[in-house]
Amino acid sequence: MYDFSYHNPDSVAGAVSAMNKAEDGKFVAGGQTMLPTMKHRLASPSDIIVLGGIAELSGITVDGDSISIGAMTTHAEVAASSDVQAMIPALAALAANIGDPAVRNCGTIGGSVANNDPAADYPAAVIALGATVKTSKREISADDFFTGMFETALEEDELITAISFPKADAAAYMKFENPASRYAIVGVFVAKTGDDVRVGITGATPCAHRGMRLEGVLNSNFSGDALESVEIPVDKMNADIHASAEYRAHLVKVMTRRAVAACS
Amino acid sequence: MATNGIGVSVRRKEDKRFLIGKGNYTDDINVVGQTYAIFVRSPHAHATINNIDTTDAEAAAGVVAVFTGDDLAADGIAPLICGVTVTSDDGEPHRAPAHPALAQGKVNYVGDHVAIVIAETLAQAKDAAEKVEVDYGILPAVTDTASAADEGQQQIHEAAPNNICFNWPLGDKQAVEAAFASAHKISTLDLVNNRMVTNPMEPRAALGEYNTGTEEITLHLTTQNPHLHRLVLSAFNQLAPEHKLRIVSTDVGGGFGAKIFIYAEELVVGWACRKVNRPVKWTSDRTEAFLSDAHGRDHVTSAEMALDEDGKFLAMRVMTRANVGAYLSTFGTMVPSYLYAFLFAGQYTTPLIYSEVKAVFTNTAPVDASRGAGRPEATFLLERLVDVAAADMGLDPVEIRRRNFIPVDAFPYQTPVVQCYDSGDYNAALDKALALADYDGFGARAEEAKSRGMLRGIGLSSYVEACGIAPSAAVGQLGAGVGLWESAQVRFNPTGNVQVFTGAHSNGQGHETTFAQLITELLGVPIEDVEVIHGDTAKTQFGMGTYGSRSLAVGGVAIAKACEKLIAKGKKIAAHALEAAEGDIEFADGNFTIAGTDKAMNIAEVAFNAYVPHSYPEGLEPGFDENAFFDPLNFSFPAGTHVCEVEVDPDTGVVEIIKYSAVDDFGKLINPMIVEGQVHGGIAHGVGQALLEGCRYDSEGQLITASFMDYAMPRADNVPNFDIDYAPTNPPDNPLGVKGCGEAGAIAAPPAVINAITNALGVKHIDMPATPENVWRAAQGAA
Repeated sequence: MYDFSYHNPDSVAGAVSAMNKAEDGKFVAGGQTMLPTMKHRLASPSDIIVLGGIAELSGITVDGDSISIGAMTTHAEVAASSDVQAMIPALAALAANIGDPAVRNCGTIGGSVANNDPAADYPAAVIALGATVKTSKREISADDFFTGMFETALEEDELITAISFPKADAAAYMKFENPASRYAIVGVFVAKTGDDVRVGITGATPCAHRGMRLEGVLNSNFSGDALESVEIPVDKMNADIHASAEYRAHLVKVMTRRAVAACS
Repeated sequence: MATNGIGVSVRRKEDKRFLIGKGNYTDDINVVGQTYAIFVRSPHAHATINNIDTTDAEAAAGVVAVFTGDDLAADGIAPLICGVTVTSDDGEPHRAPAHPALAQGKVNYVGDHVAIVIAETLAQAKDAAEKVEVDYGILPAVTDTASAADEGQQQIHEAAPNNICFNWPLGDKQAVEAAFASAHKISTLDLVNNRMVTNPMEPRAALGEYNTGTEEITLHLTTQNPHLHRLVLSAFNQLAPEHKLRIVSTDVGGGFGAKIFIYAEELVVGWACRKVNRPVKWTSDRTEAFLSDAHGRDHVTSAEMALDEDGKFLAMRVMTRANVGAYLSTFGTMVPSYLYAFLFAGQYTTPLIYSEVKAVFTNTAPVDASRGAGRPEATFLLERLVDVAAADMGLDPVEIRRRNFIPVDAFPYQTPVVQCYDSGDYNAALDKALALADYDGFGARAEEAKSRGMLRGIGLSSYVEACGIAPSAAVGQLGAGVGLWESAQVRFNPTGNVQVFTGAHSNGQGHETTFAQLITELLGVPIEDVEVIHGDTAKTQFGMGTYGSRSLAVGGVAIAKACEKLIAKGKKIAAHALEAAEGDIEFADGNFTIAGTDKAMNIAEVAFNAYVPHSYPEGLEPGFDENAFFDPLNFSFPAGTHVCEVEVDPDTGVVEIIKYSAVDDFGKLINPMIVEGQVHGGIAHGVGQALLEGCRYDSEGQLITASFMDYAMPRADNVPNFDIDYAPTNPPDNPLGVKGCGEAGAIAAPPAVINAITNALGVKHIDMPATPENVWRAAQGAA
């Protein structure tokens, strides 16, 4: 790890101010990606601005038909929340299966969504549930938030304060795990609200995205059989030593079918 | 029988200190004035070094020294060695290119050692290491085992034309050819034995201290064999005379073979602490472990079996290319030769076996022993080939094995591949394993799985392993540079408690308990009064360490021999004290008794008399402290049958192990709980190789699987609860009646798992690791 300046602000405004003063600052939420990267000397921020001391970033609140989860809420807290379990059990289940206990007790929803790892779990849920990402500056819809591999709509000095998830009638997340890292090789989150079906896909491509072709079919026939006709474009898929593009494309359909089955 | 003697599952004495954080691992040790070392490693798989500029690094904050290969050579430090000679088919010894501890003008794999940077803090050492400027001339890399020796390949070492280390034939080629020519059926199989990174939990480490007063180097190491390290570092690397070099390796967090070898970092740290006259500490991080620990396996093999019309094996032929990596590690030549081809008979009466092993250099980390070492490779090809032959003959895999088993009355059994098996009852283990696995009920279970859209498969593996490597004369004839006996000293203190000094070593296997149980059993001393001491060349007599499942089978016997000497001496002392004839003294349960009377003397009293010999047999030496060395007559040959049942999800290719049944012959068990733990760990290791672990280099020689993010180790949810039982026989060559147990699971499991998967899919073969994608593709092909 290289040397850096350490900031521990107690307000969002303080965090933003520290970022604006830093030469090459980084917000650190749970640090589950950032700190290993720094330890391996692959990142060398001049300043790290730790968000753990900002009370306004924590907590889970129910607001009518949606649930707002503070950015610094850990995966373990989301998994254990009776409100999340009651309103969107698939989201609680997703959080319960991220990483290992150490990661779940440190890693946060805001950190995961802001980092936008191509194989992270939360982006699939944010997309499929049509969540709203609340930031220090604005509100960003899920469809506009994830812009590329490790890229989001966030500006340099903008940080996520909370994510608001509308309740779905039925939802399920199916994850095909990388046997080594246990990240998603393919993760598919299916959410059904009224007649509207949304599919969020992670792991398969460089950036989590909506499965528009799958949604198109499922909107008219919400069943696994309907998926057989869908062509998943192999050339858009990621490929690595764990899964080829062809296999990932196949898994997208299998995981979607299983998620649909779990919804019904 | 003693309360905590042989056959009792005594809880492990050593676990208290491990569980409360009082273990004494190498990285736990910190000394006054300690400096920190970082190795500058090659980022290229194959390159010349045109220049190394250390100026900026030497000027960096906190830097004590920066050294390169020239500094080592100037001080007369010799290159690393390979300790076993294999004679190639041209009659010449294997090609052994120089293996400098710090590179001399050339690097040959990613992670190869270029320089050492020593600084006041670890962070300063890391910062300075980045300032060492190395001008590399990049060369094409050779990474593929199968093609490394092909015409036109990039040459790695001048001393090894065509990248060939050795070409080693074994057996009667003509006789095997004749048997194939007249065979009823020939079964063939091409397979890969996947490369593995051993990954013990504790990474390697070294801490060197030099005492200017005594001129002694103390080197704390994560080694499985401290005396072997001292011998090689002294006699071959010229680090220091043996009596001026102390190796300490108290607690080691797993070795599995990877900590047998004498590594560059260990030699360089030992040398550097004297050079800078400061303690120097190096601890590998996990990435360095992936890059620079010796790897395991990595074979490409074609195997053939000739059968008669009854399915009897007539002859076998094996052609293997074995990757030894960029340089020869300490036992790199022995693993793909003697430890491999000598096991080709397995449990069968195959009368004729011919094999050729071509060992090849590549631009990858050195390859050496990893749990099982050669024997898993032999067992995998044999047990897979037997299943292929069964399918070719239309026989059940159980039936073809039974038809070819070495019968129980044929032991000791001389195989056509050098080894003479000590004892075995292969049908007994098979019968028990089939019952444990409910083999007969498999059909119904497969039908039930099919109704859920799942494919069930069942697979067997009937293995033999050779462990407790011996005898010294035999391994010497083969080309080993060392003997393979073991030593023990059993020392009574005047107050009656016992210290056992073993030349073996524990990396966590529980020797402090198992060996103490031997003392309790043989001498009747309460187990809490026994302390087992290992891992310090200043405390223990010369010993050979731990590997090849040898610690109990060889080292345990040495302890028993020392106990015999103590009993013989104790009889003299007791006879004198009890005023009886020595011949009338009997020893049992810790007491020397005049036969037929109740006049007795406890061994603790005898020990006291020996140290306070006021009234003592004339001419007898005082003291109650005996040592013994045991050089066995033969290897020991554990064997058994493992049965694996899997369920394959044809949609995803995911394999779940539903049931795993293992029946092993380990001879007599000293501590069944510890044995069971070893079997569990061994099977997990084997399941890891079969399903998960695959070390991969790309064509440029970069290690793709250089972290746990990409290299999949088995975890608790990858294995089922194991069903374990034993079918022991009594090995006549082992005075304690014991065999080894540490490697059996890693040897038996890979073919059992793969045989189950091929059975589920109805395919001939699938290579390891049988990842979901590989299985899915095989299922597509089979459908």
